[in-house]
Amino acid sequence: MTEYTQDQATFREVVTKFLQAKSTPTDVRRLMASDEGYDADVWQQLCQEVGLAGTHIPEEYGGFGFGPVELGIAAEEMGRHLYCGPFFSSAVMAGYAILNGDSEANKQKLLPEIAAGSTVATLVLDSVNDPNQVGRQLRVTGKELDGTAPIVTDAHIADVLLVVASGEDGLGLYSVIADADGVKISPQQALDPTRKLSRVAFSGAEVQKIGHLSESGLNKTWDQISVALAHEMIGGAQQLFDSTLEYTKVRVQFGRPIGSFQALKHRCADLLLELEWAKAATHHAAFCLASGQEPETASMAKAMASDIYMEAARAAVQLRGGIGFTWEEDTHLWFKRAKASEVFMGSPHTHRERLLSLMEEAS
Amino acid sequence: MNENCPDGAKGPGEIHTGSTKINFAADTQRWMEVMAERGWTVPNWPKEYGGGGLSTEETKILYEEMLAIGARAPLVNMGTRMFGPTLLEYGTEDQKQRHLTVIARGGAPWCQGYSEPGAGSDLASLRCRAEDKGDYFLINGQKIWTSGAQFADWMFCLVRTDFEASKHNGISFVLLPMDQEGVTVKPIELISGSSPFCETFLDNAIAEKRDLVGQLNEGWTVGKRLLQHERSGQGGLGTGAQRSRPVGVTIDLEMPDVLNDYVNDPSIAPELRDRVIDWEMKSAAFRLTQKRAGEESRDGKTPGEATSVFKLYGSTLAQDRQDLIVDLMGHQGVGCEDETFTSDETGAARSWLASRAVTIYGGTNEVQANIIAKRVLGLPD
Repeated sequence: MTEYTQDQATFREVVTKFLQAKSTPTDVRRLMASDEGYDADVWQQLCQEVGLAGTHIPEEYGGFGFGPVELGIAAEEMGRHLYCGPFFSSAVMAGYAILNGDSEANKQKLLPEIAAGSTVATLVLDSVNDPNQVGRQLRVTGKELDGTAPIVTDAHIADVLLVVASGEDGLGLYSVIADADGVKISPQQALDPTRKLSRVAFSGAEVQKIGHLSESGLNKTWDQISVALAHEMIGGAQQLFDSTLEYTKVRVQFGRPIGSFQALKHRCADLLLELEWAKAATHHAAFCLASGQEPETASMAKAMASDIYMEAARAAVQLRGGIGFTWEEDTHLWFKRAKASEVFMGSPHTHRERLLSLMEEAS
Repeated sequence: MNENCPDGAKGPGEIHTGSTKINFAADTQRWMEVMAERGWTVPNWPKEYGGGGLSTEETKILYEEMLAIGARAPLVNMGTRMFGPTLLEYGTEDQKQRHLTVIARGGAPWCQGYSEPGAGSDLASLRCRAEDKGDYFLINGQKIWTSGAQFADWMFCLVRTDFEASKHNGISFVLLPMDQEGVTVKPIELISGSSPFCETFLDNAIAEKRDLVGQLNEGWTVGKRLLQHERSGQGGLGTGAQRSRPVGVTIDLEMPDVLNDYVNDPSIAPELRDRVIDWEMKSAAFRLTQKRAGEESRDGKTPGEATSVFKLYGSTLAQDRQDLIVDLMGHQGVGCEDETFTSDETGAARSWLASRAVTIYGGTNEVQANIIAKRVLGLPD
């Protein structure tokens, strides 16, 4: 664990300022009601002016060459402001998958476009619960891909699909043009409308192989995505906690602010503690990724961030009383994102088991 | 240190408490003495009071080096952890010279005269009376939960010196020797069978005027600061060695070896596996947060209200750990005798009982949550 540098703190301020202006609850509500789910102009500004999509992409591929810590900062602020756009799918998921691959040609071609936001990519996994389950549905024979991935983020707006599938020589990473023949992308109505999901079915779609994917390669990508997602989640949890605390200070019942009641004080104190530990675990995991140490901290971060985000979400509704479960109040936007993120890239239980297995292997 | 640390002072084992009423193992005694010579029993105290004069950063290095050779803490007691740091801040030059130098060389254990039968969570309602008799105070009343009073030479004590003032404003912080006619100590037997706490009866006990810490009737301020030092070191049943150990950042199963047998038992319920790993994660995150708090206070700031955060969570973790251990042991976790049960198993059962206390002493979890709500979160009264 290291502390953030002054440059990293400044970077956070820049990201925050941009999102405060461009991702207000009003924006979120407008975008979640649209089919695309994002604002193309804001996405271009985010990539071109702030350069966020290239945060973790090396300079030789058109990025800024920062690492998981800076990417975490960006993700945390996006979670806090519930940014709607393909940042997570394209920059984080597809970006990491390509970076970890061994195809120099694909890095040269795809990464600068992803960093610039001119290409939107996403990562297609046939299991978003457990890396051990990946590759059971999607199969490549020759140059043709078959099978279905039920949960794919932002596929409906993607130009390129990066697909993890089983080939003749084990797992591989493949790229598929999103509008190619044999690719059927069906947007799904899901609980969380702020991150759009699609079902993606392949029937003989033509693939280009990017490279072989080892078990450790897949797990590394999974870890990197999990840590970025954990940052997004603690950002969301912090937002829920802050707004709920504020609400208990101003909402008056029985002639006094409800935050003066001990039952609520204790719940808020408990939330603060859980949130602080989850933040510590998450930030630590990013520093570990950056230094290549303690890979098990990724699962720790994802499990703890998931638990506190849901816990903060439950409290945010409960402590607001009736207004908390209305459409008009903004809490449900984060509440739904909390649940969708909790089960994406592995539930807390899956990550706890994964962590325990790693510890058992080590001992 | 490698040359001077006796083998008997390495690894788990006895830690010197500075008590003059206990015979410590020779290696424990020698380790305390060689460290005291350099002031390294209290490395960050000023040299003129028996400390090592080390900065926070240097102290951290010292602890890392101790950890590297497996050395236990040379000396841990209420004087080194709670009273000493408080006296450094509030004591007179005379008090520091007389008391800190003795604490630093392991010469006097202290006990804490805070709680009373009628003043527990509501500590400020204490009624132990101190009358001004010119050059001394005459003290009458009863203290309770005085840890280690039977082995202590001195007590720091909160007494009421003004019965007319509001409850926080009539309290003074005084120091009194335990070996005097007016002090009677009675151990309290606990559910674990041990007696770490006492009742202390004060009948015309005497505290000298020069041992009044801070101003008359302003003892609450001093007493609260001491509680912050107490809570910052609490939150566990761990030994002093664990406490002074630099915070690790790797996840390690902080369970006794015996537990591996239970955890690796294929018939163990998945729910218990989940709890084990959940506890491990929280414990690791707790250490990370402690470490961050330590880094933030590198400038030597004294602990503030945030110590309640660590007390509340640390004590919960410690208690959860004991719950988990006996749950993993099943019927082997309820033993009191050595025939059916191994000593590890009966030890676990005793620790489980003893762990009921950690969420209560030093201010209950509920009181800590109140402090956090008020001081950290700014929630209204």
